[in-house]
Amino acid sequence: MLTAKIKNYRGGPGLFWLLLALAVYLPVAIFMLGESNPLHLSLYGANLIGQIMCFALLALALDFVWGLAGILSLGHGIFFGIGGYAMGFYLLNGAYAETKLLPDFMQYMGWREFPLFLQSFARLDSAIILGIGGAALVACVFGFVTFRSRINGVYFSIITQALTYALMLLLFINDLGLGGNNGLTGFTSLAGFRLADTRTQVGLASASCVALAFAFLGLNAVAKSSFGQALVGVRDDEARLRFLGYRTDRIKLFAWTLSAAVAALAGMLYVPQVGIINPGIVSPMLSVEIAVWVAIGGRGTLIGAILGAVLINTMKFWLSSLVPSVWPFILAGVTLLITVALSNGLWGGLKQLLRRTRA
Amino acid sequence: MKNTTAIYVNGLDVRFGGFAAITNLTLEIRYGETRAIIGPNGAGKTTLMDVITGKTKPTGGEVFLDRELDLSALDEAAIARRGIGRKFQKPSVFEALLVEQNIELAVRNGQGFIAMLGSRLRGEQRDQVDEVLSLIGLQEERKRPAGVLSHGQKQWLEIGMLLAANPRVLLLDEPVAGMSDHETARTVELIARLRSPERAIVVVEHDMDFVGEIADLVSVLHEGQMLSEGSMEKVRTDPRVIQVYLGR
Repeated sequence: MLTAKIKNYRGGPGLFWLLLALAVYLPVAIFMLGESNPLHLSLYGANLIGQIMCFALLALALDFVWGLAGILSLGHGIFFGIGGYAMGFYLLNGAYAETKLLPDFMQYMGWREFPLFLQSFARLDSAIILGIGGAALVACVFGFVTFRSRINGVYFSIITQALTYALMLLLFINDLGLGGNNGLTGFTSLAGFRLADTRTQVGLASASCVALAFAFLGLNAVAKSSFGQALVGVRDDEARLRFLGYRTDRIKLFAWTLSAAVAALAGMLYVPQVGIINPGIVSPMLSVEIAVWVAIGGRGTLIGAILGAVLINTMKFWLSSLVPSVWPFILAGVTLLITVALSNGLWGGLKQLLRRTRA
Repeated sequence: MKNTTAIYVNGLDVRFGGFAAITNLTLEIRYGETRAIIGPNGAGKTTLMDVITGKTKPTGGEVFLDRELDLSALDEAAIARRGIGRKFQKPSVFEALLVEQNIELAVRNGQGFIAMLGSRLRGEQRDQVDEVLSLIGLQEERKRPAGVLSHGQKQWLEIGMLLAANPRVLLLDEPVAGMSDHETARTVELIARLRSPERAIVVVEHDMDFVGEIADLVSVLHEGQMLSEGSMEKVRTDPRVIQVYLGR
């Protein structure tokens, strides 16, 4: 029954409902189930699930452009970071309003008051618009220039990788007034809810599940539409599509910008759950890792990207504390094994296996 | 009265750096005809296709559709939308998509891609997909991914994608390269059925027997210039053509 469902699964709403169920389960498991109940969850556990959902959202965004349209970005951390920093600025504003104490890095710089340019993030709605809109704008400008110049494939990937490295170096500069190498921290509350409160943290984790559920539903609908077919056309043979009358640069630009906005949303949800954001979030390493999650899960399926991100990050949280020195080797081993043995990733491999056993 | 000239090329020059790919080429292709363009490697055949479809910009000279639309000012997508369809040398289909999805993308012709997010094909567009599939003989394969088709079937699918856009000018770059004799015969049949008084067909090909079977007129290019033009018999007996093809 379940195997047949997976075999014939073409991206229906099953995962959407599963994620919504998880969003409901989290508060129930923490507040209503006693510690003796096997389904009980610690706050730590719920917080991890929330973070993993943010990474899954990020992987989903990358798979949308890489798996469908063949645009491999090794810089999706940029958009995750833009969203994250926008949320960080908002939370700093809130902390300052409450404590009337300037964040440490501002005091070191000799600032007397909260800088004006960061005050535009004082309201949550404007921070969301600036974070997601800012990431979309950066993606749109960058995409417009590169897609119009027909920069493709590995050249595109290298440029995105270089950009994320440049942004990291920029953010490391302490004099820039954006937190420097220590990043932003000391957050107190989000939209009136205390971040230290268990209910806020569980709410954020649930919100991350809900955001992932709806992003999956939406991007999946796009992937299944004719527009999604055109994206696959771009991947398979962009010149052919162009000679059929399609402005492929605009198709790519739309998909790319949408993907960046989703990645920024992931960053905005991530930062209040970890309580800090620093330049490490736009390090080239994280951006490459996102591609690894997608490749392991199976690209081009959206569901595979979520699966890969959840699996690898669960393993990472578990093994990097258990055997920290071995973890990089495990990750490299798993990556090698899957690219050699399962070229379609775990999800593709699973479907293939079930198809074979039934046939 | 309908203007009968489809493609008009006048004094065309194309240079890549110091290399002259096409020099002072003049050519007129009319609606209703099937024209073959032949010539040895490096004669400029594919470059000519590139110029007509907007992939390469001319260094000098003019290229017009219907004697009024300057093609050198438009990009590939705009030219495709004006009704010039091009088949590439190597079969170019969207392998991950179903055969019918390949045709559907062609039917939509790249118009209004935001609308593609929601809308299904209209009734008459569906009929068009069915019509094209039966014309190219791939109705049985419509639900299969294009990647599993044979080489010949992929070539036909690509021709079908061009037809779906109902082109006025059809450019076919080596449509029978790598085909078996049986597949070639079917392709001859297919191209014969594509003929229409409102359509010009241009075929670039090496296979002389194939060219003889389908073409009304043959243009022979050599080193970027027009060497000879006329019926197949006339071209075959032209001493300059014999010299280029057989050497001294």
